[in-house]
Amino acid sequence: MSIFIDRNSTVIVQGITGRDGSFHTKQMIEYGTRIVGGVTPGKGGQKFDGSVPVFNTVHEAVKATGANTSVIYVPPMYAADAIMEAADAGIAFIVAITEGVPVNDMTRVHPFVKEKGARLLGPNCPGLITPGQSKVGIIPGRICTPGSIGVVSRSGTLTYEVVYQLTRAGMGQSTCVGIGGDPINGTSFIDCLAAFEADPHTSAVAMMGEIGGTDEQEAAEFVRTRMKKPVVGFIAGQTAPPGRRMGHAGAIISGSAGTAAEKLESFEQAGMGIARRPIEFVEQLRARM
Amino acid sequence: MDHQSGEGVNIHEFQAKELLRAEGVPIPPGDVATTAEQAEAIARKIGGMVVVKAQVHTGGRGKAGGVKLAKTASEAGQIAGKILGMQINGLTVHQVLVTAAADIASEAYVGIILDRASRKPVFMVSPAGGIDIEEVAAKTPEKIMKLPIDTRYGLQPYQASELGFFLFPDDVKKVRAASKIMMSLYQAFMKHDASLAEINPLVVTPAGEVLALDAKISIDDNALDRHPDLVKLRDETAEEPSEVDARNSSLTFIKLDGNVGCVVNGAGLAMATMDLVKYYGGEPANFLDIGGSSNPEKVVNALRIITGDPSVKVILFNIFGGITRTDDVANGIVTATKANPLRIPIVIRLTGTNEEIAMKILKDNGFSASSDMDEAVQQAVALATKGGKAA
Repeated sequence: MSIFIDRNSTVIVQGITGRDGSFHTKQMIEYGTRIVGGVTPGKGGQKFDGSVPVFNTVHEAVKATGANTSVIYVPPMYAADAIMEAADAGIAFIVAITEGVPVNDMTRVHPFVKEKGARLLGPNCPGLITPGQSKVGIIPGRICTPGSIGVVSRSGTLTYEVVYQLTRAGMGQSTCVGIGGDPINGTSFIDCLAAFEADPHTSAVAMMGEIGGTDEQEAAEFVRTRMKKPVVGFIAGQTAPPGRRMGHAGAIISGSAGTAAEKLESFEQAGMGIARRPIEFVEQLRARM
Repeated sequence: MDHQSGEGVNIHEFQAKELLRAEGVPIPPGDVATTAEQAEAIARKIGGMVVVKAQVHTGGRGKAGGVKLAKTASEAGQIAGKILGMQINGLTVHQVLVTAAADIASEAYVGIILDRASRKPVFMVSPAGGIDIEEVAAKTPEKIMKLPIDTRYGLQPYQASELGFFLFPDDVKKVRAASKIMMSLYQAFMKHDASLAEINPLVVTPAGEVLALDAKISIDDNALDRHPDLVKLRDETAEEPSEVDARNSSLTFIKLDGNVGCVVNGAGLAMATMDLVKYYGGEPANFLDIGGSSNPEKVVNALRIITGDPSVKVILFNIFGGITRTDDVANGIVTATKANPLRIPIVIRLTGTNEEIAMKILKDNGFSASSDMDEAVQQAVALATKGGKAA
């Protein structure tokens, strides 16, 4: 059916009364996401949009609503604390949209979240959407359509581009996940690939990586050794110069490591399909299904 | 590792040394000079042999002749006069560090980098110091000890001691000195939100003293909001002027060598657009991400920066509206080109949020636009290579 979220996910919004939080909460409600509450310290007791209860703390929100998922829109300097608060309150799936979180903060957050048994997606990510059921984050709902392609990406708008091409070609999606462009993130490509492999309603996966790090190479190895479903990959940044950070904090070729060529080579060795352009996902996936 | 600019905010060697000295790392005395006279005065104050070192954000300063030994203060002045104004890897030297020369018995490497795989800062130490650590890692990995640090607890004294024994297996006195330096380096790394902090070389003098002779620190730009003191250390004269302009306009911009000027929303799509330009036989002139917010002002600034590059032959917009409203982008294009009419062709691709409104705004103002990425990129490449007329 989907991975990580479905129509039964009950979601709270941390930073629900902020500019981004309030805008996207409305969009999520409109899409059909079960938004059961919000958190803004000092605004507990208010109602957002006339119906969604606002709490002072995540613990209160979880106690009152039983939410299992949280989405975070708080400013970067408070994001690490918000993630830890959610994990401590028993939230199982935490989606951090916030861009610009200091990396050293994430080095503390990651083991904490793990010890609490929670899953973190992001930060600096567009969130995820299970078309026709639920969206948590900022991916535009109208470009998606239900179907069997799993989509996973380190990017935002590039994901929209590919999903839009898939939808135009009549290829619907099971779940589209943006794992984020930071060097340290909660959920990796492999986590998503494993979930898609286990999901009976996903038949193939489209994966969009980019330069920097080795997450794609490790994902390719996972595809080769552990997956039966076909995977098609794309790498952004083939023309990126070494040593420069290409917008995303994690998109940087360090010395000679993390190049697009090296990642595409690992895809090839894993027997994956390769999309040289975003539009090529359509033919490459079709040829393998 | 050979980390160049772009990974974070690079600060100069003398600034990195000041930060480390404040944490208690032993560093030979020295000061920075912008003129030969200043350099001579600093050398006189230090007394004895000094080293004059170019302060630029690039590796290979020694090979380029930017690091020289001077026996006397007047020689230090003469050398500084030659190094100041020198070009090293395309960067002009505006400052030199004049520092006391140390006698060297042995050299080691000590660094902390952020490791993506373990999601932790990792200590890397090697007794093979003074050279490129990436080369050591590739050729003789057994000469490097790596130790991931759990930042909730920080570097523990026993860990610093383990690292110290790896460097000096049979000299407890040196181990103690090196461990103390590693504790201080870790303090500096965390306190200043660094993404890289290294001492290379860490030297032992014939008298057995352990000293940091060179240091490098990069600061995570995501953390700058809580370090106003470090923002001041950014040397804008060492950067591409158009990139400084872009940063001050809240745009992410990197200048490249091609002639297709790209304006895109989102970093992944911006890279994919550059790649598609190359795929169709063109060369991108830049990476430019206008970000997610809907703000016509950003488009105006983007156009100003791109048209300021004389090698740009065509402008290519690729906007996928999600949070970004495409009508805001269209309004930005109209406003910017009314104020400063374009002398080169522009190709626009828009799709997503408020696409119909955007298309109408553009049409009413004499622009045409496509909703297909491949089509727009091919058109832009054709215009750049043939030097065609405005669309």
